[in-house]
Amino acid sequence: MNQRNFRSLAIVAGLALIGSSAFAQVKIAYIDPLSGPFANVGEAGLKGFKEAAEILVNQKGGIMGQKLEFVGFDNKGSPQETQLQLKAAIDQGFRFVTLGNGSGAAHSLIDAVNKWNARNPDKTVLFFNYAAVDPTLTGEKCSFWHFRFDANTEMKMEAITNFMENDKKIKKVFIIGQDYAHGHQVAKAAKEMLAKKRKDVKIVGEDLHPIGRVKDFAPYIAKIKASGADTVITGNWGNDLSLLIKAAKDAGLKSRFYTYYAGGLGTPQAMGAAGANQVLQLTEWHMNVPTKSTEKFALDFNKKYPGVWFYYLRVNNMVQMVAQAMNTAKSTDPKAVALALEDMRFKVDTGEVWMRKSDHQAMQPLYISIFAKKDGKAVKHDSEGTGYGWKTLASISQRDSQLPTACIMERP
Amino acid sequence: MEFVVISLLNGITYGLLLFMLSSGLTLIFSMMGILNFAHASFYMLGAYFAYQISTWTGFWPGLLVAPLLVGAVGAAIERYGLRRAHRYGHVAELLFTFGLAFVVEEVVHLIWGKVAVDYRIPVELDGTLFTLYDTDFPIYKGFMMLVSVGMLVALYALLTRTRIGLIIQAALTRPDMVEALGHNVPRIFMLVFGGGTALAGLAGVIGGNAFVTEPGMAAAVGSIVFVIVVVGGLGSLGGAFIASLLIGCIQTFSVGLTISITDVFALIGVELPEGSQVARLTITQMAPVLPYLLMVAILIFRPRGLMGAREN
Repeated sequence: MNQRNFRSLAIVAGLALIGSSAFAQVKIAYIDPLSGPFANVGEAGLKGFKEAAEILVNQKGGIMGQKLEFVGFDNKGSPQETQLQLKAAIDQGFRFVTLGNGSGAAHSLIDAVNKWNARNPDKTVLFFNYAAVDPTLTGEKCSFWHFRFDANTEMKMEAITNFMENDKKIKKVFIIGQDYAHGHQVAKAAKEMLAKKRKDVKIVGEDLHPIGRVKDFAPYIAKIKASGADTVITGNWGNDLSLLIKAAKDAGLKSRFYTYYAGGLGTPQAMGAAGANQVLQLTEWHMNVPTKSTEKFALDFNKKYPGVWFYYLRVNNMVQMVAQAMNTAKSTDPKAVALALEDMRFKVDTGEVWMRKSDHQAMQPLYISIFAKKDGKAVKHDSEGTGYGWKTLASISQRDSQLPTACIMERP
Repeated sequence: MEFVVISLLNGITYGLLLFMLSSGLTLIFSMMGILNFAHASFYMLGAYFAYQISTWTGFWPGLLVAPLLVGAVGAAIERYGLRRAHRYGHVAELLFTFGLAFVVEEVVHLIWGKVAVDYRIPVELDGTLFTLYDTDFPIYKGFMMLVSVGMLVALYALLTRTRIGLIIQAALTRPDMVEALGHNVPRIFMLVFGGGTALAGLAGVIGGNAFVTEPGMAAAVGSIVFVIVVVGGLGSLGGAFIASLLIGCIQTFSVGLTISITDVFALIGVELPEGSQVARLTITQMAPVLPYLLMVAILIFRPRGLMGAREN
């Protein structure tokens, strides 16, 4: 390449740089597994965020004229890697991060963010949590720099046990879960709340199995069957849930399953007819909650990304609330955004999401639904092309899902 | 009694599936001395091929075609990859198969995506075979057992009762002599590798819809097949069969036992200090670790495995 060519190239490159800075973007680092066994979960989440940012924010004027963008950082699901990815994101100028998969990674991130902000008060970072449900993240370990947009384990279990309270057919309950923080907390919350609400219900068994390791759940099902349980509570997700329900169907187990995560990320597909009328879930939304704009969003999303099914309404909520907070604060400074986000009441088409100021836990309407055959009425849409979808059995108002918090927040 | 019978049945079913998975591995090892780290990847390929075929023509053609396809892929990999790596010794081979496992996983990501595919049990096999103590036994599990036992019998007959089996066995110990007699030894090895991977493919066809067909399925079974091969004795088909059943039963029975470590030690008269994390673990929680403990114990006390022929 001769001198002149090089010079003109440099000028073009320089112009391109200037050009891009004119459309400066608000960037959020998405730190979640994008490789390894949970890659499918992380990929689906990233697609959801990108689509939500495009449709719900950028096409509606963006943030003070700027575009909102999500950039993936692969933490491989590990707490150590999460810290490295946070460092990388900060080095690249990111001031906002989001993470959802695994409470271990979330704990690691909240610690790292707190530490960074204490040392760099002029370059603070804000953490938006869309799915890690450990109650301590908004309890003992709550932080001004952390906001959670999903209901936590205790809130979910409160809603589930309130529902179970009225079902007098429930006599014997079996709790099964993955052997890590989440599984332990689900079991603990279920036992405590059932003991209070239904003294007549007996916990006939409790098992923890290693996460992502069990291929054949038949022995666990044999145990559940032997215990005589009519109801099973599980916090399992992904294949651990699919395989559990498949094994239950094979053995002809008729117990009802109360789950957190049966609604998405491949589980309905894996369950198929096996889950019909037997599997329940608690979520902030599902396809058959009558919501015009979200319904359309979901259908468009499913068409655009074949094989990935829209699942996280809370991702849409989070993207819009963050954008609104930045627009009201007229700033993209994390502290100003955090202050604007606190106590925000945001209208979504299932009702209202309230970001409680005292612990930064979002309060929102929740739904209990059961897997049932598509009938065009109560089950208008099926789930993941299975011919079966979710039918609402109960809706829990935002007020009813609220629980007191143990949070004593240090505010800057 | 009910618990014992049901657990035994579950254990045998699971064990037979494990045998399908590990028979190809042990075959390849005994014939060629190659520890194939990518073996579980062929299992996954079998499941995905069968899924793809089932979307066009249904389950039954896939049952036959998918393993053959996997075998062809395996043979091609042996011919154009492994054979070259072989010149540089066992370490090169090992590294080659290790890398191959990652390549296969990425290829599956690219073609079928990262989410599980909807590979279903055929309608004819979806139902209850018999009911025992009020627990259903599905037809499909019976079918799995049948295929697995059929595979053992066919393999045994092939290796000991046919001419090609004799040549394969001869090529194992005296390759030079077999070559001098006019047989193409490299081609025999290619056939053995193709055959071994086809067996893994068959296991995938049958295991894929019994469980879940997703890109992580290879990693999930990758380590347990090695445990079986080591416990059974490297290269012993009969040993792999017994080890599979043993591990299947150990896993199912240990899940059913709710006694803790403290209770176990109390049985042999040892009092454990109270309150420690380990002492409170139940056998159920330890179930998934037990096969690996068994492997370690076997390696210490009987390094050649249950029925292994060689010490090394």
